[in-house]
Amino acid sequence: MYRYIVRRLLWACVLFIAVTMFTYVIFFVIPADPAVLAAGRSARPADVERARIYLGLNHSVPYQYGLFLKRLVVDQSLGRSFVNRRDVDSMISEAAPVTASLVFGGAILWMLLAVPIGVLSALRPRSLLDRSAMVFVLIGISLPVVWIGLVLQFLFGFKWGILPNAGYCNVFNPPTGATCGGPVDWFTHLILPWTTFAILFTAIYVRMVRSNTMDTLGEDYVRTARAKGAPPNQVLRKHVLRNAMLPVVTMLGMDIGIALGGAIFTEYIFGLPGLGRLAVQSVQNFDLPTIMGVVVFSTLCIIVFNLIVDVLYAFIDPRIRLE
Amino acid sequence: MTTAEPLLDVRDLRTAFLTDDGIVGAVDGVSFSLDAGRTLGIVGESGCGKSVTNLTIMGLNPKTARVSGQALLRGEDLLQAAPRRLREIRGNEIAMIFQDPMTSLNPVHRIGDQLVEAVLLHNDISHAEAKARALESLEEVGIPQAARRIDDYPHQFSGGMRQRVMIAMALINDPDVLIADEPTTALDVTTQAQIISLIAQLQKEHGTAVIIITHDLGVVAEIADEIVVMYAARVVERGPVDELFERPSHPYTWGLLGSLPRLEADVERLAQIPGQPPSLLAPPRGCRFNPRCPYAFQRCHDEDPTLIKVSGTDDHVQACFLDEGTKAREAAKTLSAAAA
Repeated sequence: MYRYIVRRLLWACVLFIAVTMFTYVIFFVIPADPAVLAAGRSARPADVERARIYLGLNHSVPYQYGLFLKRLVVDQSLGRSFVNRRDVDSMISEAAPVTASLVFGGAILWMLLAVPIGVLSALRPRSLLDRSAMVFVLIGISLPVVWIGLVLQFLFGFKWGILPNAGYCNVFNPPTGATCGGPVDWFTHLILPWTTFAILFTAIYVRMVRSNTMDTLGEDYVRTARAKGAPPNQVLRKHVLRNAMLPVVTMLGMDIGIALGGAIFTEYIFGLPGLGRLAVQSVQNFDLPTIMGVVVFSTLCIIVFNLIVDVLYAFIDPRIRLE
Repeated sequence: MTTAEPLLDVRDLRTAFLTDDGIVGAVDGVSFSLDAGRTLGIVGESGCGKSVTNLTIMGLNPKTARVSGQALLRGEDLLQAAPRRLREIRGNEIAMIFQDPMTSLNPVHRIGDQLVEAVLLHNDISHAEAKARALESLEEVGIPQAARRIDDYPHQFSGGMRQRVMIAMALINDPDVLIADEPTTALDVTTQAQIISLIAQLQKEHGTAVIIITHDLGVVAEIADEIVVMYAARVVERGPVDELFERPSHPYTWGLLGSLPRLEADVERLAQIPGQPPSLLAPPRGCRFNPRCPYAFQRCHDEDPTLIKVSGTDDHVQACFLDEGTKAREAAKTLSAAAA
């Protein structure tokens, strides 16, 4: 266990350096100059030069990267935004809860839908339910998230006025001047984003749960359980589901880890100030520190969730031991 | 043992599967009976319907199966039994062990829990009592240090040990019938012998009737009282073990006997039956063995043979049109070649 964790942490460090380095290199390949942007529209060349020195862009790329690492490790700071000089740490910590609300709520929604539908389809292949589920899967996978989001927004928010169109409300301590706040507002504002975000994943997970369940139903130990005289629901509960859900748990952990880096489309459509939107804005503004902030945060999420999945897996599958 | 009614009486059992390619008649009119405490061996090549026969009796076929005939357990037809009644019988009156012990135990549950489950399904006793019984049965099948091993997972056992666990689980409710579907096929030779003698020993102690399915005539010769030889979904010969080994009466049985490896025989190659078993989607007309039979004549292509008594016996039946003289000569040839 101890050796496993050390090995895992070393691997995480390598991954972390690789990802951040890669982002740095890509940023400097883009033919644009953040200093020009930062200096303003009517800036003279001297102003641009001052801005460049101010932002630290006069140094070589490896030096800047080293500085970034040093700041991160020694000062635990992501630096300040090129654009508005705000502290990137606080920008991330404001955006992260928004994305987390979207992702975890969405994950709960898609699991609540996908597991029963997938299992029932597997139990009755070629039934009406199974065929409808497969049609839904095809549609869910094919439809662009943007389209789904816009249609939902138009129908429920604009035309029928049942749900709020867009925006995010804090659950706790809404900032002064906010138009909404509290759990109820938070929930209603997220219903459409959750649905939009969950449709694609529901489709993917229905198919995965269905095929895993079908495979497991054909296993010899399921036949053994039936030969013992176990009733169908006990066979399903004790012998099929636990085995069929093993790969689903892995996928869920990884998908949540990845999505926490920002559900860009959904956040954009519904005006949620999450990490996805922050990432897009910072790329458009060539705001290197903010880009790096989002990258660092999402990489950490992926690493942490992979670790959680591994540990969880060892608990539910006795064949896997953490060594 | 002479009782009026056999323990298990299978009559004209037929099982067909609807597939995308058509109807596969996996079992076609199989009949046999089994008395309490006796052993029946069902022999045949892969795909001849010997496993499906027993899965049908247990009601464990997939939903695409169409079944007819009767399988009477003490006069009660299992094929007509309600699912609830069938579940009471499974694991309690008829238990089953399977070919591959590596995949027949659930990998995520401790073996003790899997045994306890089998006990609690059929007995209204406490978990602790069930666990005590599980431990007892593990000791009975010869699991060393059973008290410590009971909380281990299947992957911590070897193949032979897992098959012992399967046997313990099958016999834990003291069933009347144990169906062993190729119980030794996936095991190495020394383990095979141990498992077979374990089954024989437990059978004697518990008075269990056993159906042993195998493609290995050697196994059947060792423990069976009666043998059913199946070919392409049908029974081609059936009789008491001594009688059948002494006077095999069907060319397919000769083929099986001829392909038995013998340690004392110094042969270059093992004898084999030429050709492949027929597709059950479109079996050959007449006798189903005719494409592979060296003795086949016109009648074998035209008529379906039925099981008829071998003259001079009560319970030895076979389905071949050859005259008895030819049979006696050819059987003697096969037996002497096999013994040489």
